[in-house]
Amino acid sequence: MIGFAVSAAAPFFYRRFPGYFGWIAVSFPLFLFFSFTSFYPRIAAGEVLRETVFWVPSLGINLSFLLDGLSFTFALIITLIGAAVFLYAGTYMKHYGHASRFFVYIGLFMTSMLGLVLSDNIAAMFVFWELTGISSFLLIGFSHHKEQSRKSAMQALLVTGGGGLALLAGLILLYGISGTFEFSGLFPKRHLIVNSPLYPAATVLVMLGAFTKSAQFPFHFWLPNAMEAPTPVSAYLHSATMVKAGIYLLARMNHVLGGTALWQDTLLVVGAVTMVCSALLAFNQTDLKKLLAYSTLSVLGTLTMMIGIGSELAIKAFFIYLIAHSLYKGTLFLVAGTIDHAAGSRDTGVLGGLGRAMPFTMATAMLASFSMMGVIPLVGFIGKETLYASILEMEEWSRYLIAAAVIANGLLVMITLVAGIRPFFGSMRRLPSVPHEAPFAMLAGPACLAVLGLLAGLFPDFFMGAMLDRLASSVLADTLTFRIKLWHGFNEVLFLSFLTLLCGMLFYAARIKLLPCLHGRHITPVLKPSSWYDAALAGMLRVARWQTRILQNGSLRNYITVIVLTAVTLAVSVLAGSFSAFPEIPALDVTFYEVVIVSIILVSILVLITSSSRLKAVIALGVTGFSTGIIFILYGAPDLALTTFAIETLGVILFVLVLYRLPRFTSYSTTASRARDAAIACVFGIFMALMVLYTVSGELDSGLKRYFAGASLPEGKGRNIVNVILVDFRAIDTLGEITVLAVAAIGVFAMLKLTLKGGSR
Amino acid sequence: MYSIILATASRYLLLLLQMFSLFLLFRGHNEPGGGFVGGLVAAAAYALYFIANGIAEAEKLLQIDPFYLIAAGLLLAVSSTMPSLAAGMNVMTGIWFDTGTALFGKVGTPLLFDTGVYFLVLGVTLKIIFSLAEGDLQ
Repeated sequence: MIGFAVSAAAPFFYRRFPGYFGWIAVSFPLFLFFSFTSFYPRIAAGEVLRETVFWVPSLGINLSFLLDGLSFTFALIITLIGAAVFLYAGTYMKHYGHASRFFVYIGLFMTSMLGLVLSDNIAAMFVFWELTGISSFLLIGFSHHKEQSRKSAMQALLVTGGGGLALLAGLILLYGISGTFEFSGLFPKRHLIVNSPLYPAATVLVMLGAFTKSAQFPFHFWLPNAMEAPTPVSAYLHSATMVKAGIYLLARMNHVLGGTALWQDTLLVVGAVTMVCSALLAFNQTDLKKLLAYSTLSVLGTLTMMIGIGSELAIKAFFIYLIAHSLYKGTLFLVAGTIDHAAGSRDTGVLGGLGRAMPFTMATAMLASFSMMGVIPLVGFIGKETLYASILEMEEWSRYLIAAAVIANGLLVMITLVAGIRPFFGSMRRLPSVPHEAPFAMLAGPACLAVLGLLAGLFPDFFMGAMLDRLASSVLADTLTFRIKLWHGFNEVLFLSFLTLLCGMLFYAARIKLLPCLHGRHITPVLKPSSWYDAALAGMLRVARWQTRILQNGSLRNYITVIVLTAVTLAVSVLAGSFSAFPEIPALDVTFYEVVIVSIILVSILVLITSSSRLKAVIALGVTGFSTGIIFILYGAPDLALTTFAIETLGVILFVLVLYRLPRFTSYSTTASRARDAAIACVFGIFMALMVLYTVSGELDSGLKRYFAGASLPEGKGRNIVNVILVDFRAIDTLGEITVLAVAAIGVFAMLKLTLKGGSR
Repeated sequence: MYSIILATASRYLLLLLQMFSLFLLFRGHNEPGGGFVGGLVAAAAYALYFIANGIAEAEKLLQIDPFYLIAAGLLLAVSSTMPSLAAGMNVMTGIWFDTGTALFGKVGTPLLFDTGVYFLVLGVTLKIIFSLAEGDLQ
């Protein structure tokens, strides 16, 4: 909650201190980071912290928060990378317009991401889930004047939003099965859930949500396109945090849904396919950020695969890999941004020899790159070792998977060589701008992350050891004890690590040879899921256009005909059974006034339908309106009368204004269509009259009238019942109505302005 | 078509009608009236002024774009639901401060809500009238 307020306040601060805003902004995530670390001893002791704020208790939807090993890890990653990114962005975003908005969005994102991982309530988690999607949309489309940005933002929103809908359906199914909205309430009901006939549907839907969010194959295409966003965004959302939301969900649900063949095998296969395919796709990329994006995809695939393996060792590898990846990939993205900033290009074909101009950036990039490649003694090495060990431990499949993992990691090494190391060496080429060392604010963040990666590798026990068994126990059911060490001695796993490095070098050499051949080649569109997306979008637009042509043909008369006929038919078909006898017509006690008014109405209606002049028709319409108002007064409804008068007055004014622009009054309708309209009007009139008669004769007693009459003064503190209902008892309805009004006004305004601009009246 | 009599009269009428609309708004809780009617009457007041003096004058008189009125009204209505939340009650529970103020009648969040409705209705009506009228000038 506080997070939203802080991010809303960001622009005011930004305007006041544009120079060193980064330093102010960074205090917020850092503060959160340290307050989370203060929970460390308690989490390490196996405690699970909870806090609940009631939100919609009647539906079981509460803002309940849960801090266990899993959410703790994610919270630390989010705040730590957040701090680095905020600081970095304070300087980096200066040359973008509307930088203040950027901080609003990214603050919003960080808060909702934290909410996502901390929520214990599924519904609340889903709300935060969608909020991250929306802030991601805003951030990808940050340079909204660029066509490509808008397109990518839309793509990301549609893909993750579609997955979000699937997830919602899955979560509702889960709720239907278990009857609880709390994660912690789901855990004990695992048996019930797994044996339910709805289990496969719920599982598939939840997985769809997670796969789209975490860009698993075949939904991976939005992530590389999302690199249109400013670099801090790519570093934060699209490598370190948001894309891991899906992974988080899978890990969280592993308790509840896991253990079945459906769950484990799907995750295993999808993860492995993503891991290898996306690494292969990176082969012919030359853009720094896209290269990194494909490597992120590959890592996400690996993480999914490890949940799929699901053994104790695999979950351990999952966490180490997760932490390691967040540390090095965040760094590398920020470094890529620095390079772009300093050299004016992100093309790996152009960049080279930057090391001399930017020694500190180079050192940072080296550390992160080595971690990514899995070189001793960085944390990435431990991650990869554990990964291989967990695959080798498997009984079946192990041989294929290990080959896939080695190839994918080899390709990752290649990507690192191309993106993280190559730009700093070799000869300097002609660049769009003269490279220079980045300012301190842009160095500090990535450097801290990189050094942390080194420290975590050197002293794994201190940084992760105590926590890891708790982490795993929040994903697997039972508690485990782990040994985590940097050096395991010469064994199979170490050999595989060296093999991976070797593969990477080979791939790198092959890439240099092959790249010219691959250049300009395109993969057949049928094989690219992104073309499926395009086709689906085009198809949807076609359907929408067709539907609009049929349903919204722009003729108001048709709309009214359809609406009236539908209403009458539906009402008659429902009510026909319940009222058999013709209602008795109450004895009429007609006064002189009523006769006069009714005859005025009748005359004006006659004038209205026969007149050949618009002005006359409008005035006649006004007369009927005012007469109706008088009837309201006679029957003691001054509120209605007052409103009717005001509406009629303004209505006539509006009509007069519109009159100018209408074409000359001509008789559009043929006699036949007039007869048809008259028939419809008569049917509707008779129907309404009957309805009123039934209502009056039936003496409806719903209790509402008595309730409102009785409660108005003591509870609503007002004697005007109608108004008390409007602003107090049913205020939410009124709120909805006035929102619709506001939207309608915007619509009218837009329509008028567009027509005027187009010149067609 | 400019009529001096109407133009002069409309100035005083505008004030009177606006006072009347506020009167309607405040008494709405006990007597016929309320934010919706009040807003309509206020809009009618401006519409009269516009008929007498032309659209440019009317817009100058209002000084701000009616969109701001719409936004302000919506914001007011929504924010009136917040105090109850802060007080730990269900959203939109009415809170009354003093049920006997001389000028306003009764003061409380429902009044705030009604004021929001008032501004929104005023804004919506004026926006539509002004956009239509502007179109005629071009």
